[in-house]
Amino acid sequence: MSVHLEENIFYDGRIRMPYKWAVGKTGSFFLTQLRDHARIWGSRCPDCEMVFMPPRKNCPRCLVTDTTWVELPPRGVLETFTVVHFNEPSLQPMKPPYIYGIVKLDGADTGLTHLVNEIEPDSLWPGMRMEAVFKKANQRRGEITDLLYFRPEGGARQ
Amino acid sequence: MSQRVGIIGFGQTYHRSRRDDVNGVELINEAVRAALEDAELTIDDIDAVVIGNMDHFEAVNYVDTWSVDGSGAWMKPLIKLTTGGTTGSTLGIAGYHHTASELFDVVLVIGWEKNSESDTTGAIITCSDPIFDRFSFSGALPGLAVEASTYMKRYGITEEDAALVTVRDREHGANNPYAQLQKPVTVEEVMQSPMLSWPVKLLDICPRSDGAAAVIFAGEQKAKKLSPRPAWVLSTAVRHSHSYFGDINYEEIHTMQEAVKELYKNVGIKEPLKELDVVELYQPYSFAGLKWIEAMGLCKPGESPRLLRDKVTHMDGELPFNPSGGVICTNCIGATGLLRIGEAALQVMGRAPGRQVPDVNLALSTGFGGAYWTDLMLLGSRPW
Repeated sequence: MSVHLEENIFYDGRIRMPYKWAVGKTGSFFLTQLRDHARIWGSRCPDCEMVFMPPRKNCPRCLVTDTTWVELPPRGVLETFTVVHFNEPSLQPMKPPYIYGIVKLDGADTGLTHLVNEIEPDSLWPGMRMEAVFKKANQRRGEITDLLYFRPEGGARQ
Repeated sequence: MSQRVGIIGFGQTYHRSRRDDVNGVELINEAVRAALEDAELTIDDIDAVVIGNMDHFEAVNYVDTWSVDGSGAWMKPLIKLTTGGTTGSTLGIAGYHHTASELFDVVLVIGWEKNSESDTTGAIITCSDPIFDRFSFSGALPGLAVEASTYMKRYGITEEDAALVTVRDREHGANNPYAQLQKPVTVEEVMQSPMLSWPVKLLDICPRSDGAAAVIFAGEQKAKKLSPRPAWVLSTAVRHSHSYFGDINYEEIHTMQEAVKELYKNVGIKEPLKELDVVELYQPYSFAGLKWIEAMGLCKPGESPRLLRDKVTHMDGELPFNPSGGVICTNCIGATGLLRIGEAALQVMGRAPGRQVPDVNLALSTGFGGAYWTDLMLLGSRPW
């Protein structure tokens, strides 16, 4: 069927859907400890002995559920990073440029994806020692962003 | 109960940054008609249909039902599958499974995407865990850039090394009339393109395309009867890993290493660089064309830039990669993995005008997605 027309029509739409995600008991313990005490916990599998952070109710590898809690220090190693230079308008409110990195806390076998700050990107390298900076106690809300960002161990670098 | 399976038809659209002249269902229909024409079949010959695309890209649920008018699945068994970036390769492997099971003899597999219809980076962000990962996640680009930065640091790889991969694929894409990007670029142009997520620049990364692909799988007897030279499915391998992005070991691509190990063992490949004839790699960005081919066992870790400089993976090289121009030239995501399978099939069938590699016996296609997942399908000119 051939069609002759003057313009293609577009139909604009936007879906705004509210959600309420249950974190579950395991994640809730992690987030309340973060909120109330600025303490970080991982989960250790009794079989493979891997320590996962964020903690999992069951070991993702072995699927056993009798995992145990391990407190982790707010310090670790920067595994990798990137400097984001573009703006994502719909779902990512952060303004570029910012540093997205993965920090493996001492004693954990997996990393935490988070932000890196108080350092120029040119001075960063994978393997650098990092420490967590938390929000003030009265501003923490039981979210992963109660841990504000990671910075070089010992404080800001220029 | 199982039978050998061959690909007997492949159709695709002319991929573009946007196809405002058709809606999604009409786009799907273009690929379906092209595949039926290629196999010299009618829709009545099709026993079952498998279709897929990305969640949230077009914001249509039940795409299987919604697309029936274009797919030809009216009054046929129909299933929708979606697995993120691996959707297209999942679709192909499902089509193979449907046929190999002998429950269906001729299966039509469709992958499609209209990337132009939404903020696809926003849509991809919804693949991340909403509690722990999403606040810091900005889509596929930073997720890949963290792999590139580790790889560069470990082996002294440069951004110029990665640019060679883009230059190769853009050169190849100029031979493919279906590719979205058909204009070659230089290393200088790649290096001068805008930095998006260090060290990944605009010309290091795949475009966003509107397009569809359709592949027809047939059981052994049907394939021999219907096609002079089917592309036989010799082996597949699938490895998925974790979903938290912090769980990945970015120094390796573990899923690729494990998947190729299984696939090479299945068919007795010992020296992939010598034994494979062509590869259609799901390579979403340039650095993957270095690190991942090391994981495929083509050279030692850190040595891949030499293969690029020596043009080993160019059209006239020992093992050409991406004669179609690959994902760097075309990326209609739900179709992307299936395009790798379809293009690999064309190479085996000797029907890839302008981009044909001579005398292809073994063609490997790959899929990539999610938190560094790998799918593989090996096609061959002989069923065993």
